[in-house]
Amino acid sequence: MLVNILKASLVAGTPLLLATLGELITEKAGNLNLGVEGMMLVGAISGFALGFYFQNPYMALIGASLSGSFAALIYGFLTITLRSNQVVSGLSLTIFGTGLSSFLGTNFVGKKMPVEVINFFKPIEIPLISKIPIIGEVLFNQDIYVYFSYILAVFLGIYLFKTRKGLNLTAIGENPSAADAAGIKIDLYKYIHILIGGALCGLGGAYLSVVQVPTWQENITAGRGWIAIALVIFSKWNPFKSIYGAYLFGGLSIIGFRIQYLNISQNLLNMLPYIVTIVVLVFSSLNKSKEGSPPKSLSLPYFREER
Amino acid sequence: MKKLLLVLLSLILILSLAACGNDQGEEPSAEEELTVGFIYVGPIGDGGWTYAHNEGRLYLEENMNVKTIYKESVPETQEVEQEIRNMIDQGAEAIFATSFGYMDYIEKVSKDYPEVAFFHCSGYKTTENLATYFGRIYEPRYLSGIVAGLKTETNQIGYVAAYPIPEVIRGINAFTLGAQSVNPDVTVSVKWTSTWYDPAIEKEAAVALIDEGADVIAQHQDTTGPQQAAEERGVYSIGYNTDMAEMAPEAYMTAPIWNWGPYYVEQVQNVIDGSFESHQYWGGIEDNIVELAPLTDLAPDEAQEKIDESKTEILNDELLVFEGPIYDQEGNLKVEEGQNLSVEEMLNMMWFVEGVEGNIE
Repeated sequence: MLVNILKASLVAGTPLLLATLGELITEKAGNLNLGVEGMMLVGAISGFALGFYFQNPYMALIGASLSGSFAALIYGFLTITLRSNQVVSGLSLTIFGTGLSSFLGTNFVGKKMPVEVINFFKPIEIPLISKIPIIGEVLFNQDIYVYFSYILAVFLGIYLFKTRKGLNLTAIGENPSAADAAGIKIDLYKYIHILIGGALCGLGGAYLSVVQVPTWQENITAGRGWIAIALVIFSKWNPFKSIYGAYLFGGLSIIGFRIQYLNISQNLLNMLPYIVTIVVLVFSSLNKSKEGSPPKSLSLPYFREER
Repeated sequence: MKKLLLVLLSLILILSLAACGNDQGEEPSAEEELTVGFIYVGPIGDGGWTYAHNEGRLYLEENMNVKTIYKESVPETQEVEQEIRNMIDQGAEAIFATSFGYMDYIEKVSKDYPEVAFFHCSGYKTTENLATYFGRIYEPRYLSGIVAGLKTETNQIGYVAAYPIPEVIRGINAFTLGAQSVNPDVTVSVKWTSTWYDPAIEKEAAVALIDEGADVIAQHQDTTGPQQAAEERGVYSIGYNTDMAEMAPEAYMTAPIWNWGPYYVEQVQNVIDGSFESHQYWGGIEDNIVELAPLTDLAPDEAQEKIDESKTEILNDELLVFEGPIYDQEGNLKVEEGQNLSVEEMLNMMWFVEGVEGNIE
């Protein structure tokens, strides 16, 4: 029972985790990209379309990540090179991505992923460790997308906090002028991380269309991009914390189906994710330490001349 | 100078092309044709509710010389008023609004435009030029319950449903009564998703039902999410809205489906003839507005015969789905033997029949 709940939470949390990580590294570079929903949808349709045409799971993954990056490139060009308003650029990316995915998806409505792709994304049991009680079944008997997402979160955590490049990125997000003076190539860093962020959002969207619901339905993300943006704040710009954040929200979204026998009001269950968000925000703002505050230059365009 | 000439020439070329295009575009509208507007609550690509309405619109275009315009994903807010006014500005003389939540807005707009015919799907408010229309989908739901009742081996059927409103509850009850008519031991567990449109969440609700032992999944949602859970877990499913065979070939048995086209054609003809009158339409299987999709090979062998039998009885008014004795979940007698639920009682149904597991808040 518990195992089933946790397993389903991981599945429901995976698209959130990928998108959260994507947005997290984007924000670490000092750019607030509100286009997550749009990038997820573009990734979802591209992943679906390529997987469907080539009947090949790798093509689906490549398609999803490249198209996510492409969408992020539009945003990057607007906000880094042209220094336009980040909020507006991000919002228009969401609108653009939603429309584009509907347009590209017209011919795919109701089509189902080929068996080759579905089989590739079936849960794979990892020998030995999947036999550990509870944890083994929950963590190590999942599809490769789930493995990839939590390994990636750990990897990104190490990258951000333990490597020189990661620290450079943090410096750009906190104080771009100082970083610039230290000889860090600001625009290059921003572009690279925004593009990677877009790729992750695209992959998150494609998890829904390629693995979880392997058919194409318009607007398949149903607002998950916005939750991902909130999760970045929830996890205090820390990839390790984003793992619990995403799985917690994934779990909250499905818990109602699993504990119906307890006779808890459905309306109350629907409120849970938002109550948790408020509680966490209250607690995190009570804590006055510097840790967990947003990157200082978030959403501010960087002009070298204005130092 | 050369450049200027080039630009000028290309401009002329483009303009003349555009002019040609215009001529061709205007040709069919030479004789005055009626414009019909459709307001959809979801995208056509949902493969469900809105898809079915759009099929109706296409049927209308095919069978009559009218122009149709439509708008997808219109929220159930003031925005719908704006969209309707836009469509009327574009010349629409008949408006079909296809979601319950549009009711109050369309009522208001209908008073501003007495010359336009308004049709509202699934609502209950009418004005002089606002009609309502809906179908007795509970009849084919009863039939689909028969298929599920015959198919299930665990005697547990899962039902993924959006919101506890009379329309949905009526469907669940009819489905359960259908299943019980062939298999008295069957129980139907209900999971509420609190959304009409979220394929992934709908799928997770179905997965939870399957984990609890359900081996047939039915649904009342706008997408095919629940079908995907059945497909993945190797159990069977009953769809809704449209024939879903292509989307879940290894799970799908049949579905209660909508067939809006004929009603649209009939009503638009009335508008053209000037014989449109406000009405409250609630058609059943005999009107073809609702039906059961053809059974696939996965449906049990004896199902077809049973369904034909019950369908004939429904058509002859020998079988009314909600005829007594019917008990509710607590075992209270709700409909006495020899009695039937009135239309009013059906439209306000807020209780589950015996054999349904789940709560209505």
